[in-house]
Amino acid sequence: MKALDELAERLRQILGDDGVVTDHEQLRTFECDGLAHFRVCPAIVVLPRSGDELKATVQACVERGVPYVARGSGTGLSGGALPSADGVLIVTTKMRTVVELDVANERAMVEPGVINLDITRAAMPFGYYYGPDPSSQLVCSIGGNVAENSGGAHCLKYGFTTHHVTGLEVVTPDGELVELGGGKVLDAPGYDLLGAFIGSEGTIGIATKVVVRLLRAPEAVETLLAGFPGIDEAAEAVSSIIAAGIVPAAVELMDALAVEAAEAAVHCNYPTGAGAVLIVEVDGPRVDVDESLRRVERHCSTHGAFEIRVAKSVAERNLFWKGRKSAFAAVGRISPDYIVQDGVIPRTMLASVLRQIADMATEAGVRVANVFHAGDGNLHPLVLFDGSVEGEYERAESLCGAILDLCVQSGGSITGEHGVGADKAQHMPRMFSDDDLDTMQLLRTAFDPTGLCNPGKIFPNPRLCGEVPVRRRGGDPAVHLGDGEIF
Amino acid sequence: MAAPEHAGYASLTVASAAARDIVDGVQARYVARPGTVEALAEAMGEAASRNETVVARGGGTKLDWGAPPSRVDLVVDLSGMNKVLEHAAGDLIVRAEPGVRLSQLQALLARTGQRLALDEVVPGSTVGGLVATGLCGPLRLGYGCVRDLLIGVSVVRADGVVARSGGKVVKNVAGYDLGKLYTGSYGTLGVVAEAIFRLHPVPEAQTWVTAELSSLDEMTRCTAAVTGSQLVASALEVDCPAVGAPIALGVLVEGITVSVERRANEVIGLIGGGTISATPPGWWAAIPGETTVKLATTASDLPRVLGAVAPIAAGTGLQPCFRASAALGLAYVGLPGESDVQAVGVFVSQIRSLCEELGGSAVVLRAPGPVKQAVDIWGSVSPIRLMRRVKDSFDPLHRLAPGRFVGGI
Repeated sequence: MKALDELAERLRQILGDDGVVTDHEQLRTFECDGLAHFRVCPAIVVLPRSGDELKATVQACVERGVPYVARGSGTGLSGGALPSADGVLIVTTKMRTVVELDVANERAMVEPGVINLDITRAAMPFGYYYGPDPSSQLVCSIGGNVAENSGGAHCLKYGFTTHHVTGLEVVTPDGELVELGGGKVLDAPGYDLLGAFIGSEGTIGIATKVVVRLLRAPEAVETLLAGFPGIDEAAEAVSSIIAAGIVPAAVELMDALAVEAAEAAVHCNYPTGAGAVLIVEVDGPRVDVDESLRRVERHCSTHGAFEIRVAKSVAERNLFWKGRKSAFAAVGRISPDYIVQDGVIPRTMLASVLRQIADMATEAGVRVANVFHAGDGNLHPLVLFDGSVEGEYERAESLCGAILDLCVQSGGSITGEHGVGADKAQHMPRMFSDDDLDTMQLLRTAFDPTGLCNPGKIFPNPRLCGEVPVRRRGGDPAVHLGDGEIF
Repeated sequence: MAAPEHAGYASLTVASAAARDIVDGVQARYVARPGTVEALAEAMGEAASRNETVVARGGGTKLDWGAPPSRVDLVVDLSGMNKVLEHAAGDLIVRAEPGVRLSQLQALLARTGQRLALDEVVPGSTVGGLVATGLCGPLRLGYGCVRDLLIGVSVVRADGVVARSGGKVVKNVAGYDLGKLYTGSYGTLGVVAEAIFRLHPVPEAQTWVTAELSSLDEMTRCTAAVTGSQLVASALEVDCPAVGAPIALGVLVEGITVSVERRANEVIGLIGGGTISATPPGWWAAIPGETTVKLATTASDLPRVLGAVAPIAAGTGLQPCFRASAALGLAYVGLPGESDVQAVGVFVSQIRSLCEELGGSAVVLRAPGPVKQAVDIWGSVSPIRLMRRVKDSFDPLHRLAPGRFVGGI
């Protein structure tokens, strides 16, 4: 511990006493991110106020061979910000300045701790907004979005973080401040290190400034809610909407169990007796939106929707979304514990894969509620269990693994938006060969030859000594923080 | 086959090069024509064991882009890997081999009312070449560029190992997004063996609004008016065929038929005139000049940069033209092939100074050999140290297209 004491002393010189946390009780508040199953208490937490302080922190860690992990708001759902027990956790919550809003060029430059929604709030008066909208957007940081390549319900039409960031300033794992990409300008010559960095889950550096694109707010937005007798009919409606060439802004689907939980939690007044509820949002120029909405209604009716509502006000639209966005937390009311999965399948296989998941769940004696981004095939099966009952967690875990296998076999992915992190690192070989993973490591080692930057994430490596994750009971910390919407 | 025919290669797809197998002025020694990933990997593995250099060739339309390679032992000709492996129309994705021509791909996709939302900027381009150069055109405003639409990729590495990243689903964050790294890397990190793209439906209607602009100030005003509106243009381009000639503006509006007509008329209202056409203007999507310099700046600095083109060219006696994606801050300046080499050098260096001062760049995309020998192709590149480390990591012996990319990579 002596070496870490010396490092803490050095960090106090850089950051001041109020920028360094070593008190055990305070450290424990940082022991997990949004994935509460994994907890590791960091040795030191630092809260830099600037890129220079962050750089000096990384340098101090690297000089001493101490691992370090970056963390924004801590809402990640894959343990990407899980600390190293013998390392430093670098928390960016004090770096919250919107440095520049350049509406003429449709760009904003922000510090990494800036909350996703705050960019939109800053741009809205000018008629612009920031596109990616993870459901945690009230609390999640843009630095975390960059690390995870976050999406959100509307990424079906507008894409992910990687499509909305044009420049980064980062501290590299050897302690240098460099710019990746061209800032506000596109197409900087050379390798697209910007593109490689976004979604690298904090393993090849830490962003200290982020330049994002701003989007012009659409002229019109319409939201439709449809009740179907079952998932099959709803899934077919989705396929026919997409096949007809309509590109909705969002297409969300919930099954009966998820609807039941949401109804109990937030009284969203979804159609009674629905075996599945579909939410479709279309946006754009008024005429296109009106016509698209008519067509979407027709596709829903044709495929058996027994009730279709179009939000008549912003309040009603928000209520439609409230049921959907609170579903994760709501499921906590009908089950003491649950695991959220994030697998992706080709959209056309929705109905058949969901049937298989239902069969597997029945066989395993485990309940599964389904909430998902149907437009892009991103499933969020909520696997319910009671951790106080011997063997239930193991059964749930094993079902989760089987679901991921099913996703990969169907031509999909083990994660659509939550990231691999610590949670799914051991599942990477389900999707990628050793050669594939070794090739990704070529990038990592180019940036971080010493392997100190967010170790133990993404790649199925043996864990570091002293870093044994402990699973705990309880809901997501974001929920405890008073924000019920965390996905 | 006798040994000399295979030049000592055991791979049956490898033969001695012909006189026409030249990469930007550098004669190749051997050519491999693999028909499968396995054959490609075998040839590249063998090149690795012989410590020989490799340059990939698709349609050969942009083979002279970038700097000339310092040495070419083996050209990997991908024209035999020209199959569309999978088109999942319901999932809006396509998986294709690198030798597939974009035009061939679009024709196939059109049968189900779909398209890869990339322009054919250079006729004859292949999938592999698009990835290698990252070249895109006007549709970028509405749909993004190659890196944005590429969702999965397999490459054969310098050592002959086949490696995949991404996948067949659009939404996917498992592992590093190496497709971004390979896109625009000019074949210096690996050879694309397969690419998977996200597709879009072909819009119900497409309309081009064209207008003649009197000045660059007009360009600025019209661009801001269109992008600041809620009309959602899919593309906004300007073309200036010669110094002093009027600037042509073209705005592409796409979508549902009833809406497109109305929006096109609103665009005309915003810019104060113009005509409507169901087909693009003749200059649409092409890049001008035998020497082409790509300028990148912000949309708001673009008029200043383009305004400097004529005076700089006048000082050097050159006859430039340009086309620009004005809303994106990107422009292509074309110079005639017979331009004086030294004058081109002065032009590039002066326009580059301005672009770089404004936080942008100026890259010579293509030029006759003597120009490329005299001119710095890439300008300043940052962070070059990290880029070198990436290159060293993927291709430690620098055998893939050596010297073709930035900083001599």
